[in-house]
Amino acid sequence: MSVELDVFVGNTTIMDEEVYQFWLDGYTVNDAVKVRMEGGVLEECEASAEVLHSDTMDQYRTFQMCERLLHSPAKLANQLLFQIPPHRQAMLIERYYAFDGVFVREVLGKKLSKGTKKDLDDVSAKTGVTLKSCRRQFDNFKRVFKVVEELKGPLVENIRQHFLLSDQLARNYAAIVFFANNRFETGKKKLHYLTFQDFAFCAGQLISYWTVGAVGDNLSPQSPDVYNMVEDMDVDLEKQFLQDLKELKILITDKDLLDQHKSLVCTALRGKTKVFNEMETNFKNLSRGLVNIAVKLTNTKDVRDFFIDLVEKFIEPCRSDKWTAGDMRLFLTHYTNSAHILDTFKHQVLWDRYMGVIKSCILKMYHD
Amino acid sequence: MPGKLKAKIVAGRHLPVMDRASDLTDAFVEVKFGNTTFKTDVFPKSLNPQWNSEWFKFEVDDEDLQDEPLQITVLDHDTYSANDAIGKVYIDIDPLLCSEAATRICGWFPIYDTIHGIRGEINVLVKVDLFNDLNSFRQSSCGVKFFCTTSIPRCYRAALVHGFVEELVVNEDPEYQWIDRIRTPRASNEARQRLISLMSGELQRKIGLKVLEMGGNAVVGYLQCFDLEGESGLVVRAIGTASPNTNTHSNTAPASNACNSPSKDSKETLPSSSPPPFSPSKPCSRQSSSSDTDLSLTPKMGKTSPPPHAPHPEFPFFTLTCFPPGFLVHVGGVVSARSVKLLDRIHNPDEPETRDAWWEEIRQEIKSHAKALGCHAVVGYSESTSICEEVCILSASGTAAMLNPRFMREGCLDDASPPSCGFCHIPYDEFNMPFPAQLTYCYRCRRQKVPDVLFTTIDLPAEAAVTGKGCLIQARLCRTKKKAQGEVNATAISNLLPFMEYELHTQLMNKLKLRSMNALFGLRIQISVGENMLLGLASATGVYLSALPAPGGIQVAGKTPSDLNYDQHIATMQKRINDTITKNKELYNIHPPESTEELVGSPIPDRQRSRLFRSTSESSDELLELDLSHGKKDAFVLERGSVTMSINMFVSSGFYSCNTEVMPGIYNWTSGLQMFTSVRVYRLSNANLTNQGLNKIFTELCENLLKSLYFKLRSMIPCCLCHVNFTVAVPEEELIQMGAVRLNCVCVCGCVFVCLFVSGSGENEDQLQFSMELCADSTPSNNQPTSKPSERCSPLPEGRSRSLRSTRSMPCGAPVAVVKMTPLSFLPGTRIVKYLGIINMFFIRETTSLREEGGVSGFLHCFIAEVFAMVRAHVAALGGNAVVSYSMKECVFMENPNKNQAQCLINVSGDAVIFVRESEQEATPPLMSSGQISSTGADGTT
Repeated sequence: MSVELDVFVGNTTIMDEEVYQFWLDGYTVNDAVKVRMEGGVLEECEASAEVLHSDTMDQYRTFQMCERLLHSPAKLANQLLFQIPPHRQAMLIERYYAFDGVFVREVLGKKLSKGTKKDLDDVSAKTGVTLKSCRRQFDNFKRVFKVVEELKGPLVENIRQHFLLSDQLARNYAAIVFFANNRFETGKKKLHYLTFQDFAFCAGQLISYWTVGAVGDNLSPQSPDVYNMVEDMDVDLEKQFLQDLKELKILITDKDLLDQHKSLVCTALRGKTKVFNEMETNFKNLSRGLVNIAVKLTNTKDVRDFFIDLVEKFIEPCRSDKWTAGDMRLFLTHYTNSAHILDTFKHQVLWDRYMGVIKSCILKMYHD
Repeated sequence: MPGKLKAKIVAGRHLPVMDRASDLTDAFVEVKFGNTTFKTDVFPKSLNPQWNSEWFKFEVDDEDLQDEPLQITVLDHDTYSANDAIGKVYIDIDPLLCSEAATRICGWFPIYDTIHGIRGEINVLVKVDLFNDLNSFRQSSCGVKFFCTTSIPRCYRAALVHGFVEELVVNEDPEYQWIDRIRTPRASNEARQRLISLMSGELQRKIGLKVLEMGGNAVVGYLQCFDLEGESGLVVRAIGTASPNTNTHSNTAPASNACNSPSKDSKETLPSSSPPPFSPSKPCSRQSSSSDTDLSLTPKMGKTSPPPHAPHPEFPFFTLTCFPPGFLVHVGGVVSARSVKLLDRIHNPDEPETRDAWWEEIRQEIKSHAKALGCHAVVGYSESTSICEEVCILSASGTAAMLNPRFMREGCLDDASPPSCGFCHIPYDEFNMPFPAQLTYCYRCRRQKVPDVLFTTIDLPAEAAVTGKGCLIQARLCRTKKKAQGEVNATAISNLLPFMEYELHTQLMNKLKLRSMNALFGLRIQISVGENMLLGLASATGVYLSALPAPGGIQVAGKTPSDLNYDQHIATMQKRINDTITKNKELYNIHPPESTEELVGSPIPDRQRSRLFRSTSESSDELLELDLSHGKKDAFVLERGSVTMSINMFVSSGFYSCNTEVMPGIYNWTSGLQMFTSVRVYRLSNANLTNQGLNKIFTELCENLLKSLYFKLRSMIPCCLCHVNFTVAVPEEELIQMGAVRLNCVCVCGCVFVCLFVSGSGENEDQLQFSMELCADSTPSNNQPTSKPSERCSPLPEGRSRSLRSTRSMPCGAPVAVVKMTPLSFLPGTRIVKYLGIINMFFIRETTSLREEGGVSGFLHCFIAEVFAMVRAHVAALGGNAVVSYSMKECVFMENPNKNQAQCLINVSGDAVIFVRESEQEATPPLMSSGQISSTGADGTT
């Protein structure tokens, strides 16, 4: 005797969140059954393995049928095929678009192309995330990227509205889209210690302060009157801003300005930090490093290397001198503020816009 | 020319991509009614077209309005080749023909294609203007209301119950016409869907005519069936109970006590204060037949039976299962009749139809059984068929009963509350019993005689006093038979039938005793025929009626009481049985008051038998009565009965099940509910085709299905499966490889309904605590007692926060309204304020890419979900928010894995209604706001 057909359909679609997670994680039905069995559902309900298998199959089928709808989540609310209560719909969507930190770290900044998709089996082997799950996550990135690409207006808000995601998840997707669009290099060995959350934070900073959408109101970039609905307003760095950054060069090319800047910072920091001597000796190098990054950002290639430059030119020297995070904060604060006191330095607004982001990025990235 | 039908096509959405090049679709719509067709403009290059068409107007006879569906076809315009069909929507106009039902049909309908399933949705607006037509010779019966509900619908009052109406329409099945060889599967499916839609429209119209003739204006308990007789044709038949209803709307029920006791609720529609002039049983079981070929013929009237308005009806049939209090005086017992027929091609459907004669024969037989039981009426009556190739088993069953003549004549009873035991008292003469039975004085009133057990097909009367809780009791049986043809086959089957009935009955008796109960309600015995086996499945809800004596125990007796081992074995078995009985008493909370004096006042010898009356006939009215009684007081389980014993010991705490509307003994219901359909098909290998082996397998299947349901619904515990409806079928045997294994399928299709209630003592605290649990998303607590935290608690807080946000971020388009579906005639905790009309839909789905669609399970899963979606959409378009008395009448599944093909037919029916919650009925208008609906919809799900 064998079960040929076994179907259970409820008027209100019945879904088990645990099984949904197994499905998302790319478990086969048999694996899922095994895990559920170990989880002790059986004793609880006196059910047999067949019962569990049949239930798992039903759920998997339901999810497969739902998947098409999840690709454009707005459809889930007004489709007629499944009757799903709204809070469940939200759960389905949120979980479907959730991703693994390890996985996203691997593809962050890569082109979301067919070629990358082909390499997913390597990524899967490396991260331990099943290939099926990798594909789903990758396709999600690509889908969000494609939709957002053609839309005007603020990136996070667009993602939130189109995919009905939570604010946090929408911000993460914005970071992924931003990285994929600007093709930031994140795979170099020196950057391996950085997590996705580090990058997502930095992306948030860049989007908030350096993009077209950020123009006009640096302090509260989300205020609605700024939404001048330019295409790609949050995805591309503002050209003019990058161009202007060249002006900062004076801070390192003008000998007097550099010395003056150094002495201001040193006065402020004296006695407040244990690494004062190292800081004093290294000041010119560090300052050159930061300003040079700013000056070169007009080149696409250098934009890509933004993070690696930050690490090489600034973070690594400091780390080898054993600066603490506190030292770093102190230095960057005074380094930024001292520039205002320099009488011949005229680019205060530009400097603040640049250093605000650099400071928060470095502080986020400065860990082991 | 008494009607104008108007339709407007508003918009479409989520259409499929029909043009690969542009990834878009150039859609337009054809609206067809009868022979008239209108078209909308092409809306180019869009998957969400906005046609916003003019009003398409059809001027039609009301006869056509009743028969024909409005047919809406969505097509993709193609400049060079033929336009591709995207899909169709059939809209039944009938609900618009009653003045009190729906006024318009308006909403989103799934666009359905028999090959691809649902492909997008279309927004349609339909209205009907009816002109008054006083022509007494008319062929239409507009205005007659139909209800699937087998009780007097809750917001109506029956002024009069006329009695039985039946009708039957025959046609050739398009699937078997010669043209089917040259047309596409899609065309063939659509022809079939359309034909059946036409036939059921015609059937309904003709039944309506009969009702009008009787002076009625409604049909309750309308039951329509299809017999797919294959080569020999297609039969659509229907039975119902005619009655003129008066709408009472909300003025009757005192709302206070209805909320937590549905059993009380049923009384309220007929309150004693406003006496309903109930005068049923006019002689209206008039039977006529008509059989048409080309769907356009006048019915042949009055072929047989009593003339339309004979003065006294001898044997009224009632398809109702639930009655106003005081209506039923006595209940005799189950009466049933079966007959085996050989189908032959309906050569000339215009000729007086043989099928009508067959049913007539069976009804006569039922009548005579009822008479033998001293009863003048049959209630809870139903008819069914099982077809395998050319053999057809026709079955009918009901419950013989005495109805209150005073109630019928005067329509008024002064003593408002009828005695709670009255219906148990025997209707027949004590000294002239139709069969041996053991009588005692009623345990409640001590005045009248009652039998020791009572089997019925009706629901438990509201006034009945019950001890403890009820439970689902099933008897399952397989019998092999030789493969044969024609006459020989039919004879073999009809020879087997009595034995099967006997065996099923014995099983039911034993199981009843094992649970120490003494009555069965809602008994439904299904016998299905396959090529080399017969299946019998009897389901009923067992209860302990306080008025009846306590059942005796079960005594085990060996066949050969010789050696010691064997005796020991028997002794242990006996002990096991006794333990089980004790355990069950505990489980079902059956603690009857110890009656000290055994009032066995019956002079009848010490024998016991229940009232299952049946007979088998083969083309003749031969009445076969079996004396099923045993010589002892206690029932008897033979050694081989160990099979029987092992059966039912699966018990899941917190789960109850029954196949009646309400679970006896449980009154505190919550409103969370979940309707579901489960289908299983098993393949049997040739090896275990012995009676024993098959029985075991069959029993396991049913048990497994139940277990599976319990597991699925574990998150709703404590809960109750109500109206569990098992259907079995043995599809035709098919030979897969040449000379290799023969395969047989058994399909168990349960259309089951879940309802939540509070278990245990029913204290108020309990209820509170539980309802908190139910609305899990509003309580972040982790105090669910029955589940492990990992199972249920963890996701809750998250779910909550998400739901808050999601309501904000949902796109502005109105979310889909929740439509509840239930096989019950009511929704717990709510009040039905309006009946919008009958839903009766027939769908065919076929696939030629079975593997790609996830195999047979994937295919059927999708199809059932689609059927639900279409039912919901139609109800929502009528302005309703629920379907009650929903049932899946037919689910025929055929596959051919070699060709990667499968086909499935589903027929569903129910009543579209508007309900309001008890608590808010004063405040809110009929239609609930979507917020309310969705919040309640969330309750019952996990």
